[in-house]
Amino acid sequence: MAHLLLLLVLVIAAAPAGAAETAPAAVQAFDTPNDQGHSITLTWRRREVLPDSARYRIGVSERAEGPFHHVAELDPKTTPTMADEPATFGSDDDNRNRHFALIESYRDSEGQDRIRIENGKAYFIRIGIHGGGYTVVEARARGNYFNSTKTGNFALAGLFSVLILVYIRLARRKNLYIRRLAGLDALDEALGRATEMGKPVLFVHGLQDMGSPSTIAAVNILGQVAKRTAEYDTQLRVGNRDPIVMSVSQEVVKESCIEAGRPDAFNPDNVFLAAADQFSYAAALEGLMVREKPATNLLMGYFYAESLLLAETGATTGAIQIAATDAYTQLPFFITTCDYTLMGEELYAASAYLSRDPKLLGSLKGQDLGKGIIILMLVLGSILAGFGFWPLLS
Amino acid sequence: MYFLQRTLPLLVAFVAGVIGIFTYYVPVAQPVEITTSTWYRIIAAFALFLGIHSLLQMHWRRIRRNQAGWAFSAVVYIGFIVTIALAVYNNGKGPLQPLAPGDGLDLNWMYTHVHVAGGATMFSLLAFFIASAAYRTFRARSAEAVVLLVAALLVMLGRVPIGALISEHLPEVSQWLMATPNLAARRGILLGVSLGAIATALRIIFGIERSYLGEEGQ
Repeated sequence: MAHLLLLLVLVIAAAPAGAAETAPAAVQAFDTPNDQGHSITLTWRRREVLPDSARYRIGVSERAEGPFHHVAELDPKTTPTMADEPATFGSDDDNRNRHFALIESYRDSEGQDRIRIENGKAYFIRIGIHGGGYTVVEARARGNYFNSTKTGNFALAGLFSVLILVYIRLARRKNLYIRRLAGLDALDEALGRATEMGKPVLFVHGLQDMGSPSTIAAVNILGQVAKRTAEYDTQLRVGNRDPIVMSVSQEVVKESCIEAGRPDAFNPDNVFLAAADQFSYAAALEGLMVREKPATNLLMGYFYAESLLLAETGATTGAIQIAATDAYTQLPFFITTCDYTLMGEELYAASAYLSRDPKLLGSLKGQDLGKGIIILMLVLGSILAGFGFWPLLS
Repeated sequence: MYFLQRTLPLLVAFVAGVIGIFTYYVPVAQPVEITTSTWYRIIAAFALFLGIHSLLQMHWRRIRRNQAGWAFSAVVYIGFIVTIALAVYNNGKGPLQPLAPGDGLDLNWMYTHVHVAGGATMFSLLAFFIASAAYRTFRARSAEAVVLLVAALLVMLGRVPIGALISEHLPEVSQWLMATPNLAARRGILLGVSLGAIATALRIIFGIERSYLGEEGQ
């Protein structure tokens, strides 16, 4: 509501006599909420009956008396209403009866270049119907310091963050029980098998880049895997699609080898760019699986259609396969073709679980409690909805 | 040395993480996000050279050592050289001009008739892989497999015309399976993933998770 209090809505001029009833009614202009500034939102009442040729014309001036520079000409039939943007304007029933337009720039006097709306400067905005009256209002744009549409998100993220940090602290003092993850318990067995067979372990990141949380989680797991393979003196092959992920993976494997006391185990050629395109990447890794027959395939990260191509090829070569993904559309393929599959959040838990570090395990406990709260809210919501308490829910 | 290898990466992770959170909630800080994503693109452009170097080095080693499948590596080299040559020639316009359209063998032709066709071939292999994976799964060796088999049959039948001929309720059952149990499971997974991502982010920002530095955690 703060931004509404700052609105300076002022009707400067009315339409000429005889045309007033044709001018847009209940016009308001205010700083566009939840943005970085340089934008003014104009709203006005929707007219039920207008001729097909009618157009709203919007102009902007730095002075009340003009001249007004062209901003836009809008067709009333296609101009959005405030109900189309519930995140910004809420869910008031009246929103269906009000149009809105965002004003971010206007044409200069020659009508050539567009001039950007400046923050803190007073602008006079004129809206009229072509051939009818017009209304002028004043407003200023400004940058917002908090996106109020993300308040719920902020509150929940804050609550879960506090829970996780509390449990990390708690974990320093006492042992916390963490449920077993079969796929990760089998990791040592899978790596041991590769060692006994004298065959490599293949690690695949999936398709996303380093900005994706699933790739970050996969790289964390890679660190743990690389340390174990270095200790077991087993070759680790890491096939990448993204050059940045490849560079990061090379560093992670190198650091893990050094930590394991086996810097000589690191070979940069084993962490390679397979291909930068989805199916070329799949083909390159399938070829590697068929030719080198790795004893263990670890498919960890975010996958798309290549998931089944990789996993099914790996299955035909007889490798132990452990997959971990948060791509729910690909989970069925991994479950059907891999020996163990870590679903969704388990991908993010894997690194902490493998490290056995109490503080990392504490964060998993906090995560579980967060899930418990969500489940409780869902059950409560279902009960309230079941008994018809819709006003309370909404 | 310890500062460069441990403290600095942790500091960078902390600052980058805090900036990411800050720009998500604070609209006036969005220009910072735009700047950092520009940096990322610049780094990505340079990293591409590292990627090309890695790719060519790996295949060169396989050719030199006559490893199994070395001929495929030779194809990578031929494809790479031909594509670069066509891009540089650019239908006679040179490499500094925009892509010039042509009728014969040019970069567009390579893309459409080699790259796209190869990708489509790989994608079409999925049909056979789905069939073999489904055969293994649907052998109904356990109660879960039976549930999966029955659900899959109902969904598949409900989505083809013959399903409606067998029973007019099949499309509705199929729709219900997708919109209710399937969607509920999907949302459950997404909620867990979101919490997992928050926990991972916090562990990295506060330097508790150090696997990416080769450490077990501190």
